[in-house]
Amino acid sequence: MAEIGSRITIAQPSVGARIGKQLWAWRRLPLIPMFILAVFVATGLIAPLIAPHDPERGDIRARMVPPAWMEGGSTEYILGTDHLGRDMLSRVIYGARISLVVVAVTLGVGLVIGVIAGLLAGWYGRWIDELMMRIVDIKLAIPTILLALVLVLALGQSFLIIVAILAIAVWPRFARNTRGEVLQLKNMDYVSLAKVAGASTPRILFVHIFPGVVNTLIILASLEVGIVILLESTLSFLGAGVPPPTPAWGSMVADGRDRLAVAWWISTMPGIAIMMVVLAMNLFGDWLRDKLDPRLRQLE
Amino acid sequence: MQRYLVRRVLLALLTLLVVSLIIFVMSRAAGDPRHVFLDDYSTQEDWDALTVTLGLDKPYYQQYGIFLFDTLRGKFGESIKEGRPSMEIIIERIPATFQLAFMAFAFSVLLGVPLGILSAVKRGSVMDIIGKTIALIGQSAPVFWLGIMLMFFFAVKLEWLPPYGRDNPTAVILPAVTLGWFYAAANMRLLRSAMLDVLDSEFVKLARAKGVSKNGVIWKHSLRNALIPVLTFAGVTLGNLVTGSLVVETVFAWPGLGQLAIKALFANDYPLLQAVIMVFTLMYVTAALLVDLMYAYIDPRIRYS
Repeated sequence: MAEIGSRITIAQPSVGARIGKQLWAWRRLPLIPMFILAVFVATGLIAPLIAPHDPERGDIRARMVPPAWMEGGSTEYILGTDHLGRDMLSRVIYGARISLVVVAVTLGVGLVIGVIAGLLAGWYGRWIDELMMRIVDIKLAIPTILLALVLVLALGQSFLIIVAILAIAVWPRFARNTRGEVLQLKNMDYVSLAKVAGASTPRILFVHIFPGVVNTLIILASLEVGIVILLESTLSFLGAGVPPPTPAWGSMVADGRDRLAVAWWISTMPGIAIMMVVLAMNLFGDWLRDKLDPRLRQLE
Repeated sequence: MQRYLVRRVLLALLTLLVVSLIIFVMSRAAGDPRHVFLDDYSTQEDWDALTVTLGLDKPYYQQYGIFLFDTLRGKFGESIKEGRPSMEIIIERIPATFQLAFMAFAFSVLLGVPLGILSAVKRGSVMDIIGKTIALIGQSAPVFWLGIMLMFFFAVKLEWLPPYGRDNPTAVILPAVTLGWFYAAANMRLLRSAMLDVLDSEFVKLARAKGVSKNGVIWKHSLRNALIPVLTFAGVTLGNLVTGSLVVETVFAWPGLGQLAIKALFANDYPLLQAVIMVFTLMYVTAALLVDLMYAYIDPRIRYS
């Protein structure tokens, strides 16, 4: 065998051709969405360093200053100021931070709950499966925003409660998809072999089965980011989100609602920020899905 | 089919039961309900009398039983703010919500379906690009912001349409477009990809080879098959439109159930809020149930799995 192999020479492509091939392989990278997301994450992380003003304290003499490019605008407030004289740019920047934290914590908690529920349901089947999936069904049958409003009203408005509510909203999808994957994986030969070899159930679940679910989870999580941002901003807009004066994008849009005729920028700017991030995330998520697992197209 | 039907109806009932339990627990967790009616100037007799009236002297499970029984009969108590039965207020507002939901649904189909077909048939054309842009905005822009922007352009700047209320027949246009946009986008995307799949299938190629006219292939052979996912989604949409009205009605001061729910929420009008939430959930669950049953009827694979 080795002799035959050594006689065959494979033509090596030139260096130029190899680089060209690499570039060709990356040609469909969603560069613009990735750039927007990078800016979003970076802004969120270093908000205090780049925000020109305090986002929660306004200059009462500089109320509703238009953006810099408009008549009456000032370069001190590039995106203008709101009805309390707070700098819009700084508020949008800090808003990114709020959204980033909310998304990270919500998805983290939702993922952990969903994955554990899905693993257990898929692995043990029977009544555990039945129970988990009925809970998922019920959860998906209750309109999220309504549920969130009731919980906020009863438990009070705080960052923790908002995050908990959003986590409740996202976990069922993770659970359902994890369960589906586990059902397929648990009949694979390598899992049976691990069982025969005496691996414990937690070991099989986390070492052998979980890695098989990761792809699906990454894709789902990327598609959920947009949903979480929209949900959080909707709650903030309705006045049931992260409590003021914290600059959440949704509540900033609400601030400008009654002042459209005099100061349109108060509502417009944070809305553009939400839309850009959600749009970029959706495009990136679509790309990721096509790249990692085109079967999941039906997930929509 | 029968087994599936029974299972599905039971699940719907269970969902309603869980929601009623959540509402009950939350109404107790939110604090002593007597505080809503009485203040520090009330006498001890008032407190005691109210305790009995509200049934707070009974154990929790009995209180829940009474709550459940009243809910079944549509008795939610009087709205604190308006002083009349909650159900009465709700029934007055249902037409407005239904009108908005219906118009939004019509908009999403009338815009989404033709755009979906056109962008699939003329792939890469101007129509395709316009369709894609509308779809991208619809799926990324927050509904409340979209509403405010439409209001800004068409009501404040151009003054073509009324910015809020329901006094004028044209007033429904802006809220309906706002609410329907997301679903128009979803319809368009679904139909576009379904059409592309069908147009590429063997039987369409055969039809073409046999010399069926271009329009015949598109309308007769392709569209009929591509409409299946759109129909499914249309059902899902109906339930969501009702709850989507929460946000849109608030933005446009549309006097429907959504606005009522938000008002009740911030006025701490608990009896009214409970009633609105139960009615909303009932609509949502019923819509989902009908869709699933219809779908099981159309697609036999569902009911046997």
